This record gives sequence, structure tokens and C-alpha cells, in this order.
Amino acid sequence: MQLPDAEILFKSLAKKIRSDGGKDFALVGIHTGGVWLAERLHQELGITQPLGTLDVSFYRDDFDKIGLHSQVKPSEIPFEVAGTHIILVDDVLYTGRTIRAAINELFDYGRPASISLATLVDRGGRELPIAAQYTGIALELPVDKMLELKREESGKLSLNLYDKSLPE
Amino acid sequence: MINRNPQLDENGVLQHLLTTEGLPASILLHILDTAESFVGVTERDVKKIPLLRGKSIFNLFFEPSTRTRTTFEIAAKRLSADVINLNIAVSAQSKGETLLDTVNNLSAMNADMFIVRHAQSGAAHLIAKHVRSDIHVINAGDGSHAHPTQALLDMFTIRRYKRDFHNLRVAIVGDILHSRVARSQIHALTTLGVPEVRVIAPKTLLPRMVERLGVHVYHDMAKGLKDVDVVMMLRLQNERMKGANLPSPEEFFKYYGLTPEKLSLARRDAIVMHPGPMNRGVEIDSAVADGKQSVILPQVTFGIAVRMAVMSILAGNQV
Repeated sequence: MQLPDAEILFKSLAKKIRSDGGKDFALVGIHTGGVWLAERLHQELGITQPLGTLDVSFYRDDFDKIGLHSQVKPSEIPFEVAGTHIILVDDVLYTGRTIRAAINELFDYGRPASISLATLVDRGGRELPIAAQYTGIALELPVDKMLELKREESGKLSLNLYDKSLPE
Repeated sequence: MINRNPQLDENGVLQHLLTTEGLPASILLHILDTAESFVGVTERDVKKIPLLRGKSIFNLFFEPSTRTRTTFEIAAKRLSADVINLNIAVSAQSKGETLLDTVNNLSAMNADMFIVRHAQSGAAHLIAKHVRSDIHVINAGDGSHAHPTQALLDMFTIRRYKRDFHNLRVAIVGDILHSRVARSQIHALTTLGVPEVRVIAPKTLLPRMVERLGVHVYHDMAKGLKDVDVVMMLRLQNERMKGANLPSPEEFFKYYGLTPEKLSLARRDAIVMHPGPMNRGVEIDSAVADGKQSVILPQVTFGIAVRMAVMSILAGNQV
């Protein structure tokens, strides 16, 4: 299957956020792919608020099934959440469970003015009432496939599809 | 007979934390790395995450302790677990109930985790061997055997200030003989690759054949503290002292108490640690305890994050 070029999707995503513009907002990337995207968006859009990052491992709903993620990274929200308009950034939107966890975690830092969601790929398959305000592309993918963002050393982003049953 | 490490399941996954002895560096580092993320949680407005919601954690303290019990309680509460504190020294045991009967009763109340402090070495091991396989046990200090979460929070503190373990000289000073903290520290330090671990103590406060643990032995502070990066003080354990192990607290302070003068022999950027509670004027001078090389209070703060990490890793490692 021919996957779209992540760099082109990124440009279109940045354009959509920019054209919505005017509003002063902060970006929060979700580890790991979402943080790469958020870093690029932060630069591209010239955002003044420092960039936030979230690792939602402590808020996941599958802890009882799979335990703690083996490499949890610290969450860092270097701005006042209370009263701030926030755009959450993730690479792939699928079941919506990661976003649910991220929203829960953000509220433990304060009461934001609003939260919207930007994602490079919306692959459908939602299990929760969650929608993205900014999307690079919507793709239908078979349920046995995992879609993941990769970053080369040069910083170039690309999409990779692999079988769920296989280890990465 | 070779037993596998009772803390690990057949796949090498951590099920209980009983001692730092025999744990691979990968597990120790995983705990330290996870704790880094919990430090952020403890600095937020809402210092609580939902990870262990619905879990019941029993603090089983057969020996009095305020600080350790409190830090475990705070750690469990910040993970949203329900915490039940049992001060058994004054409860069931005084009515004659055995240790394992107490544990059976609490297991029947659907406990998910036991935090055990006991004056007898091996008590936490005994409980870990006895409980259902879905119950996890953390040793919060057993006799003079082990105190692994204290050692892990010490390792966390060292890494925070010194970044890397592989180029450090570390001195542990004081009552090594009675100290479960010292034993757990020595195992953790050597596993994490600290090239030079020293113990400094009078002969009467050193276990026999302590060199076998891979440490260098000093009886003289001036020699032992020279050029060290980390000074780990121990509490003089009056309550465990039998017979004439030392002449008097004053005399101990004269030779082994950490004063600014003695500390000046260590590296200029050396940090000073103490597991608490401190005996000021016995093992440590107030000028050092409150001085700018002291990281004693950060140790307490990091202790909560480290205990949160241990609890959540264990709770997530279901068989």
C-alpha cells in the first residue's frame, strides 16, 4: 500500500492551523511521534508559548492489562495551563484512548480555556467520542495494521505501516 | 541448591522488591528512569495520577517507623491507591497471631500489595514466598538485612547530582554492621557500575568479611574521605547496639562524625547524604547537615517518586 508523504501532510496540517489563526495558543505534543510533530509546528508557526510534552503512560486505561510502559518519559508543561487555549498534537488518531488519557493529564495541571486536537493521520476506528479539529489526511486502514510516524536523523518525517502481530 | 531470585518470576520480571542484591542493572535503571517521570507529577498542582485506582496497599509495620511509612503512604496515595496502615507492633502480634496468619487475614481482604517493615531479617522474603501470586511485596526494611527503596532513592539522588555512576568514588560512613541501608546501597552501587565504593567505620561496627561485597575498607576518616564524590552517612543505631560496640556517642563523633573539616578532604563538589533520622552531633555536624553540599532533603523528596515507581512497576507486572 502506497502511504502518503508525511512531509507533505505536515505542510498541509501547519497550513490548516495557521489559517484558523489569530488565537493565541500553546502546543502540547504526545510522546513520541506527536512530540516530533509539535516541535516542527512550534517552529513553523512561530508560537511564543513554550512547547509542552506529555507521556500519557500514567493515564492509560490498559495498565491492568499490559502494565507500565517500559520507557516512560517525563511530561513537561512549561506554561500555565489554566486559561490557556491548547492544541494537542499526535501523529495518528485511532481509537481515541490516547487522547482521552492526554486530556485527563492536562486537567491535572489546571483548567485550560480550550483543548483542540491536531493529528497527521486520522485512521478512523474510534472507540470514544473524540474528533480532531486539524487533520493532515483521513485514511482507512485494516485493523491488523499499525501506522507509525518515524523520524530520520536529518529530521525528515515518514509514515510506516506494519503488521500488529509483529514486533517493531 | 540454586534458587532463582525470589523477587523475579521465571521470565525475570520483577514481582517483589525485597533487596537490591542480585537484581540486574536493567531493573534498577528502569526504576530510576520511571521515577524521573514521577518527580514531575509531585511538582504539579494536582499531585495525583489514577494509575493504581482501586488497588489496596497495606503498610505492614511490625517495627515503628514514621518517615518510611509516611513516604510509602504518600507515594501510594499519589498513585490513587487505597492505603491501610497497620501498626502491628501494638496489634495482632501482641495478641499472639503469627506473621503468616496476619498476612492470610489481610490477603482475604483482597490486598494487592504489602509494604513490610520488620525487625527480623528475612520477614519480607517469607511473606513474598507465602502470598498469592497476584500480591506484590515491598521490603521497607528487615532487620539488618535490606532496605531496597532507600538504596534506590539514594541511587536516584546520586544520578541526579552526578549524572553517571561509572566515574565515582563513594564512601559509606558509620554503623555498617547494623545497617540494612548500607548493605542495599553497596549492592546497588556495585551493580550500577560505581568503580570505587568505600566503607569507613571502626572495626567494631563493620561486618566480618565486608570486603567480599567488593568494597574498600577504611578505619580512618581522613584517608577514607579523600577525593570522594559522594559521602553517604549512616545513622548510629543505638536501638540495635548490643554490648560495647562503641565507647560513647561523643567519642564516635570525634572520630567518625562528619564535620566541615573532615568533609573538606572530599572533592569540592562532593554531595553529602543521610537516610534519616539524623543524630546531629553524633554522626553528622549540623553545619554539614544544613550546609550547601547536603542533599538530605532532596533525598526525601526523591524518595516519594522512587517509591511511586516501584509500586507502579510491580502492580503492572502481573503474572
